[in-house]
Amino acid sequence: MDEDDSIISTSLVSVRNLSFRRGNRVIFDNLSLDIQRGKITAIMGPSGTGKTTLLKLIGGQLCPDQGTVTVDGIDVHKLKRKDLFELRKRMGMLFQSGALLTDINVYDNVAFPIREHSHLTESMIRTLVLMKLQAVGLRGAAKLMPSELSGGMARRVALARAIALDPMMIMYDEPFTGQDPISMGALIHLIKSLNTTLGLTSIIVSHDVQETSLISDYIYVISDGKVAVQGTPAEIEASDSPWVQQFMKGEPDGPVHFHYPANDYVKDLFYSPEKPLKRPKKPGGPGFFGKKSSPPPKTAESKKSSRSRYHSQD
Amino acid sequence: MIDFLTQLGKTTRAAFNKLGRATFFLLHTLFGISDVIIRPRLLINQIYSVGVLTFLIITISGLFVGMVLGLQGYNILSDFGSEEALGVMVAASLVRELGPVVSGLLFAGRAGSALTAEIGLMKATEQLSGMEMMAIDPIKRIMTPRFLAGFISMPLLAALFSSVGILGGHLVGVGLLGVDDGSYWSQMQANLDFQDDIINGVIKSIVFGFVATWIAIFEGYDAIPTSEGVSRATTRTVVNSAFSILGLDFILTALMFGDQ
Repeated sequence: MDEDDSIISTSLVSVRNLSFRRGNRVIFDNLSLDIQRGKITAIMGPSGTGKTTLLKLIGGQLCPDQGTVTVDGIDVHKLKRKDLFELRKRMGMLFQSGALLTDINVYDNVAFPIREHSHLTESMIRTLVLMKLQAVGLRGAAKLMPSELSGGMARRVALARAIALDPMMIMYDEPFTGQDPISMGALIHLIKSLNTTLGLTSIIVSHDVQETSLISDYIYVISDGKVAVQGTPAEIEASDSPWVQQFMKGEPDGPVHFHYPANDYVKDLFYSPEKPLKRPKKPGGPGFFGKKSSPPPKTAESKKSSRSRYHSQD
Repeated sequence: MIDFLTQLGKTTRAAFNKLGRATFFLLHTLFGISDVIIRPRLLINQIYSVGVLTFLIITISGLFVGMVLGLQGYNILSDFGSEEALGVMVAASLVRELGPVVSGLLFAGRAGSALTAEIGLMKATEQLSGMEMMAIDPIKRIMTPRFLAGFISMPLLAALFSSVGILGGHLVGVGLLGVDDGSYWSQMQANLDFQDDIINGVIKSIVFGFVATWIAIFEGYDAIPTSEGVSRATTRTVVNSAFSILGLDFILTALMFGDQ
């Protein structure tokens, strides 16, 4: 067995030669990566590089233009809707917003997938829900409504809901964004401890470099639709690429410039106000591969969804 | 000219594209009916929020429309010495036209806009995506119960509107203007036809309920997931529902009463 085969056999998620576009904009260009079983793998990169899109491709909410995504040996995009739903029962996802159902309380939110997918009695559901809430430290908040929760608490409830069906893997979409230090610490602890105690495989999409590096076993940094660099946190830290160093250390200037390309500053300052400012020649700074950074997506409506086929794709 | 034709083509294509998506969406929604039958609680909850909460506006509007009909009808009929025909005039106007149409418009404004806003916000806050990732079909779980609730509630609300309107006409005609009580009811009983008037009115209200609820849930599901997108979708629901109801009313009236 060669090295490549052994990687595939230990990987739960395998992305091969993935290409995905939105309109004329290339999001992924022949992307390949593997998510190892039982490990925490981080996918990092600047805003607008398609990290969340990658999670949606893994979850089968989007279809790639080219390439394959296999989860536990199953090609996600060749599944029929019913089979895809069966696979999703084994995949949890923590959305950035939490995505809790706002018209029911915390208890019912966690009970929701159990009630939908099992025929357990209410007393058994109660036991399960309280166990999941205890795991995230929010058993006492069971009767609160989502509107009464802080952002950190909402994400912990969403995490309890994501583990309600005992999935084999969990995908975290920007779990640390907008969290205060205490909430962030709680989430870091939870992700690590749940991964270990439940034997999960975790994929964290984030650009919170320090927090993500702290708990990740392996990191992929994506830029310009490709894997810019990959390795353990220590290997990434030791990378000699100026772009990676700027990204990991959060430096304001470097290969990615602080200033958006503009005309001469002094000329602009003393320019006659009657004449309009000239448009700069370059629209963005370089990415890891030296290309122009793509501008962020205009609006959420432009998101293409093959699975959600009734949504507007205008 | 070329630009105009290009734009016209694009708009027409977009309209047909949307109609196609809305039709597939409707079929998918209808396939979920079996799930709702298994769990009637979902439907009952939605009948409450779509139907029961629209009860008040329908009742009050029906009362005032009936009172205005009583007043206007009396003024016209008294010129011909036919005040006793007030009952049948009020009832026929309400049961044939105003009941289904006005309650349909009110239903679209009250319940339809609420449905669109609710579903649009669920989309904007990733609740629908969250359900999909929990292997729960949001169309069957969210859309179907709401669609059925609107479909069931609308004919009942239209019947309520007409009934309260007839009482409003009685209040003004008999109570204030002195029309004979017996004539009011007996003329109505003698001249209203069950098939031609009542059943046709019920058919209209069923069609309007179907269309208004379909538009409302599709616009919510199709909304751009931003505050502006949800706002626009809500506006589209009210405008498109109103046009659809009024247009369909003409077509149905022509089919039902055109050869009389």
